[in-house]
Amino acid sequence: MTPAALRIESVEMRYGQKTILRIPHLSIAEGEILAVIGPNGAGKSTLLQILGLLQRPSDGRVFFDGQEITGCSDLVALRRRLASVFQEPLLFHGTVLDNVALGLRLRGTPKNEIKRRVEPWLGKLNISHLAGRSIAKLSFGEAQRVNLARSLVLNPEVFLLDEPFASLDPPTQASMAEELQNILAETKTTTVFVTQNRAEALMFSDRLAVVIDGQIAQLDRPQDVFSHPANEDVAAFLGVETIVEGRVLSSAEGLSRVALARHEILVTGTYPLEQEMLFCLRPEDITLLLPNARAALGLNANVIRGTITRIRPLETQLKVVVGCSFSVTVLVSKQAFIDLSLARGKQVLLTFKPSAVHVIPKRLSHER
Amino acid sequence: MLSRVTGLCTLILGLLCFWAANGLTSTGQPVMNRIIILATTTSTQDSGLLDLLVPLFQIKTSYVVKTIAVGTGQALAMGRRGDADVLLVHAPEEEKTFMAAGHGIKRQPFMYNDFVLVGPTSDPAKMAKAKSAAEALRQIAASKTLFLSRGDNSGTHILEKQLWMRAGIQPAERWHQQSGQGMGQTLIIASEKSAYTLTDRATYLKLKRRIELTILLEGDPELLNTYSLLQVNPLKSSKINSAGAQAFVDFMLAPETLDLIRTFGLEQYGQPLFHLLKK
Amino acid sequence: MDLLWQGIKEAIRLLLGGDPEVFAIVLLSLRVSLIATATSLILGVPTGMALALSRFGGRRFLISLVNVGMGIPPVVVGLMVAILLWRSGPLGFLGIMYSPLAIIIAQTLIAFPIVTGLTLAAVQQLNPKVRLQILALGASRWQMLWILAREARLSILAAAMAGFGGVISEVGASMMVGGNILGQTRVLTTATVLETSKGNFDVALALSTILFALAYTITLALTVVQQREKAP
Repeated sequence: MTPAALRIESVEMRYGQKTILRIPHLSIAEGEILAVIGPNGAGKSTLLQILGLLQRPSDGRVFFDGQEITGCSDLVALRRRLASVFQEPLLFHGTVLDNVALGLRLRGTPKNEIKRRVEPWLGKLNISHLAGRSIAKLSFGEAQRVNLARSLVLNPEVFLLDEPFASLDPPTQASMAEELQNILAETKTTTVFVTQNRAEALMFSDRLAVVIDGQIAQLDRPQDVFSHPANEDVAAFLGVETIVEGRVLSSAEGLSRVALARHEILVTGTYPLEQEMLFCLRPEDITLLLPNARAALGLNANVIRGTITRIRPLETQLKVVVGCSFSVTVLVSKQAFIDLSLARGKQVLLTFKPSAVHVIPKRLSHER
Repeated sequence: MLSRVTGLCTLILGLLCFWAANGLTSTGQPVMNRIIILATTTSTQDSGLLDLLVPLFQIKTSYVVKTIAVGTGQALAMGRRGDADVLLVHAPEEEKTFMAAGHGIKRQPFMYNDFVLVGPTSDPAKMAKAKSAAEALRQIAASKTLFLSRGDNSGTHILEKQLWMRAGIQPAERWHQQSGQGMGQTLIIASEKSAYTLTDRATYLKLKRRIELTILLEGDPELLNTYSLLQVNPLKSSKINSAGAQAFVDFMLAPETLDLIRTFGLEQYGQPLFHLLKK
Repeated sequence: MDLLWQGIKEAIRLLLGGDPEVFAIVLLSLRVSLIATATSLILGVPTGMALALSRFGGRRFLISLVNVGMGIPPVVVGLMVAILLWRSGPLGFLGIMYSPLAIIIAQTLIAFPIVTGLTLAAVQQLNPKVRLQILALGASRWQMLWILAREARLSILAAAMAGFGGVISEVGASMMVGGNILGQTRVLTTATVLETSKGNFDVALALSTILFALAYTITLALTVVQQREKAP
């Protein structure tokens, strides 16, 4: 079994009196894609910098490629086997070509090899036409592509990204995330990326770490994190959508039958059969009923029976978590709560339309 | 692009270093005792006499003279500290104190010029009729007309203070102002403000056409300004160039040099700026 | 007013006529101030960068010293250097008082805090992530410092101009440690003061004009370089 690409043990990071990060153990396998999400200030960037060997933790041990590097004074050679990409492009004076070649120049790579390695990456990121342009003349999106290119060209053993697409507009975010996904699928590079975007986290990560207040609150497959948040804080951060893994059983005339854990539901749309997918439900699309109220249900309406597991008051509504074979979050008005005499442990029915289900495709190409 | 800029910078730096090294050794620093530090006063420097004589001395011998023109007070202080080898000053009382305290081994007065009291031609204090400097100053004090003093402990200022003392007057700040500057500047300010002032004749002659002041009193023996050469006591420190100081003094007192001093300024101002003391 | 015009005419006459004394003064001023500026850059830029990037106890105290140093009157620096260098002083044995080297030393000490302070501010202004990014690309410490200096080069050029402008126009320290000796340590500023105190305003103005033209030309050249970098 190959050693973990990166591993940290008992790591703590302190600034003065405050401990901002405490990770007892984190191990990233070779070729794995780990997504890290969490609220602002949770310590995600610090964690990424420690993993990227850019910061020393106050305490703890760091292992890279099986070797302990904790007390190592000269990290330059090790760092050269990694690459980090940040949210801002942070390009340097010069042309696009100068910037993409910078990392190779720092390593003393001979000129003709630089040329040989840089050109294909310019192509893969669609910036070949910008090679001679000064960086002052680039749009933000173009700059971020250059940023990615200059790191990818280094062929790193571990690739670390800190919210690389956060400053881009949503359509560009989506398209660049997809491009990156394809590139990573091809290179099979071990990757750690921090994101606030839950869809990105779901899209191509093998595991998802939720960092809250400097600690890893949960570390699991993404769909498991979403369907079974470990605690209140994780659930609160993940938001109120219900995300469940499911399998398409049949698909005809724009309607698909999907197996969702132990239930079967109807989802609008045509999807490939036997494909594992993620299905997302927004609480406002779900109606909560008492078991005896079967009236006024529309055609094809999905009905699921479950038990109330948690109730939490919000400003004008109450958040009710219902457990079936997965957790579903519903928002209920105060009036409805009283009218229906809701309480923990009560059996209820959840109903929603097939069109309310949002499908998130899941590429399984990273599974080795 | 980067390498070109770097190359250019290195070239410029290299040139500067070469220039520096070249220049630094050519200031006559090779052997220490070829340097003589001569401390003198600004008015002496301003007269231009040293600009004539020092180069002659340097050509004749192979000494290099560093002429430092400061106020009398500072020149004497430099002598006391041993930071100068020879002094050319004109403050006899202070010089005698200096010698008595053992700071110098030889004092030789050799030339003089005189001070004059100048003021606005209209002479508001009516001091021109006075028979002595002391009387003139009393007139000025009585009329409270503006009097501009050097105020910088120079030879001129020291003399001025002595004159006030002998006149028995403590000048009041309101009409007795201090410029804190050299004689030339002080004359110009006095001219601007239509004030009286005490000046050496040489500086007055040089600036005459530029200022609106006339000589209102001259000839009082108290106004004589005697210049002396003082050789600093070499026992003070090993760095004192007593041989050099002696050589300079010998040169200054040599007959050919004295001839030059006697006629200095004659052509330009119609009268010599300095007179030799009869031996 | 026509005194000013006279001064300019005299300046041209002195320069074109090749008055050797004036030439010597001009060359000495240039030599002394350029060397002092270059030295202060060589010492000040790395110091400014080190102060900006490192964390150590007493760092803030050092930075406050630099900031105070930027505002010290040059004549005070001159006095302190004089006290060290004159014969009765601790470094008197070197025998450098009243020489161009003494002026260079004093001017370097005047320009050093200016260059250090401006470099410090320039580097601190850089996005802190820039340093991380450079390291992430695999730069060694020296490579990182070089790239950071390049990124801050506009401000460093400004620091050079400020340093040069400060020393070429400085008179108090040059007078005190140089002695304004004809043919040896007389520079444009001290010569101007001398001529003014003698009452030779036309010569004084001429020298001032030359000084101004010199300072302006060099600063103009540096400005052109600086602004050319900026325009995309």
